[in-house]
Amino acid sequence: MISQIFSLAFLAQTIRITVPYSLASLGGVYSERGGVVNIALEGIILNGAFCATVGTYYTGSALFGVICGIAGGLLTALIHAVVSIHIKADQIISGIAINLFAVGITKFVLEILFHSSSNSDRIPGLPHIHLGFIENQPDVARLLGNPLVLLTIIIVIASQFIIFKTRFGLRLRAVGENPEAADTVGISVTLYRYYGVLISGVLAGLAGAWLAFDQHSFTDGMSAGRGYIALAAMIVGKWNPLGAAAACLLFGFAESLQIQLQGAGLPTQFIQMIPYVATIIVLAGFIGKAVAPGADGVPYEKEK
Amino acid sequence: MLKGFSVVVFVVLIASGAFLFESCGKGQPSAAPNSEVGLVFDVGGRGDKSFNDAAYLGLQMAKDSLGMKYQYIEPSGGSDRESALRQLASQKSIGLIFGVGFIFTDDITNVAKDFPDKKFACIDYSYDSTKALPKNLIAIEFRENEGSFLVGAIAGLMTKTEKVGFIGGMESPLIRKFQAGYEAGVKYVNPKCKVLVAYAGVTGEAFKNPAKGKELALSQYSQGADIIYHASGVTGLGVFEAAREMKKYAIGVDMDQWNEAPGYVLTSMVKKGNVAVYDIIREWKDGKFNGGTAEIFGLRDDGVDFVYDKNNKPLIPESVYKQVDGLRNDIITGKIRVPTQ
Repeated sequence: MISQIFSLAFLAQTIRITVPYSLASLGGVYSERGGVVNIALEGIILNGAFCATVGTYYTGSALFGVICGIAGGLLTALIHAVVSIHIKADQIISGIAINLFAVGITKFVLEILFHSSSNSDRIPGLPHIHLGFIENQPDVARLLGNPLVLLTIIIVIASQFIIFKTRFGLRLRAVGENPEAADTVGISVTLYRYYGVLISGVLAGLAGAWLAFDQHSFTDGMSAGRGYIALAAMIVGKWNPLGAAAACLLFGFAESLQIQLQGAGLPTQFIQMIPYVATIIVLAGFIGKAVAPGADGVPYEKEK
Repeated sequence: MLKGFSVVVFVVLIASGAFLFESCGKGQPSAAPNSEVGLVFDVGGRGDKSFNDAAYLGLQMAKDSLGMKYQYIEPSGGSDRESALRQLASQKSIGLIFGVGFIFTDDITNVAKDFPDKKFACIDYSYDSTKALPKNLIAIEFRENEGSFLVGAIAGLMTKTEKVGFIGGMESPLIRKFQAGYEAGVKYVNPKCKVLVAYAGVTGEAFKNPAKGKELALSQYSQGADIIYHASGVTGLGVFEAAREMKKYAIGVDMDQWNEAPGYVLTSMVKKGNVAVYDIIREWKDGKFNGGTAEIFGLRDDGVDFVYDKNNKPLIPESVYKQVDGLRNDIITGKIRVPTQ
C-alpha cells in the first residue's frame, strides 16, 4: 500500500495540485512585500481562468488564451491597486469586493457567451512538450511536458532572486517595510506598490489559466478557495518566494495524500482533515513566528 | 473626504453589480390572487445543466400544458435565499412557491410558517420524520438510491477490472444515498467487484471544484477502476475530463450528461425534478395539494431513471440493458429493496 501511495503518479499529482497554489502564493508575496494586502487573489484567479477560457475558445490558440488569462488577472489587480494605493481604501474590503465581483461577472458573461451558468464549452489544452527520455513514464511525461509546470518552477526560483538580490526587489521591500524611509531616498512608493500588485495579478491570472487548461473549460466558481490557501501558504512561507512555494508543496502533498488515502478504507471524515491538520501542525510547530512586512496593509500618506 | 466618499461609492457599485448580475426576478405582476407559481433556484441557477434546469423545465411544462404563469428568482448567495422566498410569498398573485435544493430546508420551513395561506414545496428537502412539517409545505424527495442501484448494476456488469469508483461532492446524507444505492447495485450483479469511494470535501465548495474531481478520478482510474459514477455537481465535470484523458468510462448524474464527454459517458442517473415540479403544480391547481407530508419520487413514479438512448446504446450491450431493465421491475414491485445508507 505504501508503494502504491508514494508512486510517480502520486508525485505528479502533488505537483499538479501545487502549481496553481504556488503561482497565486508568489503573487501574494510580491503584493505584500510592497505593502498591499491582496485577498483579491481568489477573484483574480477566477477572472484569469475565465479570460483564458474565452481567449482560447475564440481563437483556438492556447498561447493567446494564456495571454488573455494574464491580462484578465492584470486588469483585476489594477482595480485593487487603484483602490488600495490611489484611493487608499481598506485593502481587505477592496479584496472582498473584487472577489464577489469576480463571481458575479464571470457567471454573467458565461451565460451570455455559453448559455450556461455552470460551465463553458470545451477548449483545447496547452501544447505538450515532448521529452523523449521519460516518455515511458506517462505520468511524469504528461506533467513535465506541460509548459506551465516548467514556467512555474522558473518563476519560483527567479522570484527569490528578484526579491532579495536585485535593486527592484530591494525597493519593493523598502516600500513595504518602511515607506517613509523609501520615500525620503527618492523611491516612488506609489509606483513600486503598483508593480507589486500588478505582478500579483499576472501570477494569479496564470494560476487561473492553469485551472482552465487543466479542465479544458471554465466552470462557475472554479477557483474554489485556492486564493485563500495561497495566502495561507504565503504566511507559512514567511513572505519568501521559496518558502511560499515550499508551503504550497506541503499543502499539495497533504491534499494528494488525502485523495490517495480515500481509496484505502479509512473513514473519509478523518482523511478530509489531513490538509488542515498539516497546516496547523506546520504553523504551530515548525515555522516559528511569521512577521509580515512592516507597512503591510497600511496605505501610505505622503507628508505634506 | 472626497476619497472616503468615492471608496464607498466604489464598493457599493461593485457589490450591487455582483448581485444585480445574479438576482433579477423576472415576470410581470398580474391580477388574480394565488393564481401563479413562484420558484427560487439554488445557487447555480438556470443553465446549470442539472436540477435547476430540471426544475425550470417543470415550470415550462406547467406553462405549456396548464397555462400556468410563473415567476422565479436566482439568488446569488445564502442570505438571499430566504428573502427571495419572502419576496415571492408576499406577492398576492403567487399561491405556490418552490425552493430548489436541500439547502432551502430551514429557510422554507420558516417562511412557510410565516405565510400560512400560501403553499410551499421544496425539492430535496432534508426531511426529518421526528419533526412535523408545516401543513402548507410539501417535502419533495427522490429515491436516488434506486436510480443509483441501476447504474451500479450497469457498472458491475460491464467492468473488466472488477473495480469501479464512486465520487461524491459534499459528504452528506443526501450524497451517501447515491453511494449506498450504487454500491448495492454493483454488488447485486457482481459480488466480487470492488467499489472505490471518494468525496471531494465536507462543505458546499465540494460541489464546485472540478480540479479536485479530476484528481480524485485520475487516482481511482490509476488504482484500476474502469467506470466511475459521480454525484458531485460541477465537480463531476472534472471526472469526465479524467475519463477522456484515461479513455475510461464515467457515469453522469441528475441530467443526461452525455454531452460533457461524448463516448465516455456510459449512462447517467437522471433525477426528474421536472416531473416533481409539474406534478405538484398540477395537484395544487386541481385543489389536491397535500401539505405537511413528504412526496417521494422513485422508479415507480418516473422520478428517477437511467439513460439508455441512441447515444449510449452502442456502449451498453443488449444483454446488460435487458438484465438491468429486469432489476428495475424488481425494484418497482418491491422484490428488491435498495438501501439508503
